[in-house]
Amino acid sequence: MHPVNPVYWLFCLLFGVFAASAAEPPRPSPLKSGIEFASEDLRKLQADDFANPGMLWVARGEKLWNEPAGKTGKSCAACHGAARQSMKGVATRYPRIDPGAARLVNLEGRINLCRARNQDAEPLEHESEELLALTAYVAHQSRGLPLDVAVDWQNRRNFERGRELYHTRIGQMNLSCSQCHDRNWGKQLLAETISQGHGNAYPAYRLEWQTMGSLARRIRACFYGVRAGLPDYGAPELLDLELYLAWRGKGLAIETPGVRR
Amino acid sequence: MLARISVPEQARRGEVMEIRIAVRHPMETGFRYDNFGRPIAKNVINTLVCRYNGAEVFRAEMGSGIAANPHLQFYLLAEASGEIEFSWVDDSGNRGRQRAAITVTD
Amino acid sequence: METSARRRFISALAGLAAGALLPARAARAQPDPFAPLVRKITDGAPLRAGRVTVDTPLLADNGHSVPLKVSVASPMTEADHVRSLTLLSEKNPRPVMATFHLGPKAGRAEVVTRVRLNGSQRLLAVAQLSDGSFWSGSAEVVVTEAACLDGS
Repeated sequence: MHPVNPVYWLFCLLFGVFAASAAEPPRPSPLKSGIEFASEDLRKLQADDFANPGMLWVARGEKLWNEPAGKTGKSCAACHGAARQSMKGVATRYPRIDPGAARLVNLEGRINLCRARNQDAEPLEHESEELLALTAYVAHQSRGLPLDVAVDWQNRRNFERGRELYHTRIGQMNLSCSQCHDRNWGKQLLAETISQGHGNAYPAYRLEWQTMGSLARRIRACFYGVRAGLPDYGAPELLDLELYLAWRGKGLAIETPGVRR
Repeated sequence: MLARISVPEQARRGEVMEIRIAVRHPMETGFRYDNFGRPIAKNVINTLVCRYNGAEVFRAEMGSGIAANPHLQFYLLAEASGEIEFSWVDDSGNRGRQRAAITVTD
Repeated sequence: METSARRRFISALAGLAAGALLPARAARAQPDPFAPLVRKITDGAPLRAGRVTVDTPLLADNGHSVPLKVSVASPMTEADHVRSLTLLSEKNPRPVMATFHLGPKAGRAEVVTRVRLNGSQRLLAVAQLSDGSFWSGSAEVVVTEAACLDGS
């Protein structure tokens, strides 16, 4: 009979306590949209549906929605009718696995898949006026609705990869997303307040860009910020990260078109 | 050129109306460079005119000091029913035009 | 006798030189960056400070897009109204930002827009009234991320 080794059990106890305390909370609490860290001017600008520059893209998106496209000459409206009804809630569920393509797609990717399948139209280029406009228009139909992406057996691996990347130190500055946006949100970085890094307002108009941009563009800008190589638009790691962000921001209302610095 | 205008559908004679216009335009300063280091040519909306039943009531002469996707808000005295028309032109000669009907009651 | 006359002459010269230097030193200490622009607008007529209000935030989020409101206290009647409003920048590469032409049909002398600012600076708005007089108002804005010439 082996005697119980108290040192061994003490070690296990201490290790367990240490592990439990070192485990970070999976999501920031309380959950705050980027607009809560923005200045009064930005908040007013985003809330003003006329002055909000992003609404110019939403307006363009509405036009494109009703215009014939591709070899079929069908418009989005021909199948989907009024976007206000048919697209309501759609953006809250992206990114998601597209069964036909058998891969993770974000809203931009889904729009291009629809164009190819149902309109026999060329895919719209990343960050093009048209893709931004259509994406903003579709996402705008879910404005006010909470992000509600599902993580299940289909996209679990994408989710895990996204989560891992979120917590991995990258770039010359050797920083992970988590270090700023989980542990230091609310604090000042030079003249700016660090937000929690959610994507609920995208596509958004950034004053710095002087135009509308996608969440992918914003994430790439963050990679640039830590001096890491920028992932290509449409790269799997960017999509996995978008999925993780959508899960992480679950419950936050969509604000598209958002206005940010 | 895509633009959105905000003009009240109805107003009382003598009322001061809030008029707004937002135009999708980069208002390129001429000081920026593309990804290949080539300068991007200056191109801004240099003139924007508002006409009320044909008469010019507001004119903006703008430069690169006006932010991209310009938004202007000004005021007009409601006089007679008819049309409020905006027209603008940029440095490269592209023109834009938008109009709205207005009903003025006594 | 000759020596004291020379001394008086030299001291008079020194006094003259000192007197001539003083106003030049004062001018170098406070050059008005707006003066030549204002001269062109008013064509030499005097510019009085007042009646014009320039509303901007104290601190701009980003120099590429800063909200700005210019308003003039004016009844905007046929007899007494604002003819034009010119916005001048102290630090932008193109100092004349915009000119707005109003008139009695405007009802209110107020324009709201968003501007680009190349760094922290003072803005001057010059209003020409229907009686030919010129009035001005100004505001200071702190800009951490400058537009125009910061290379981005």
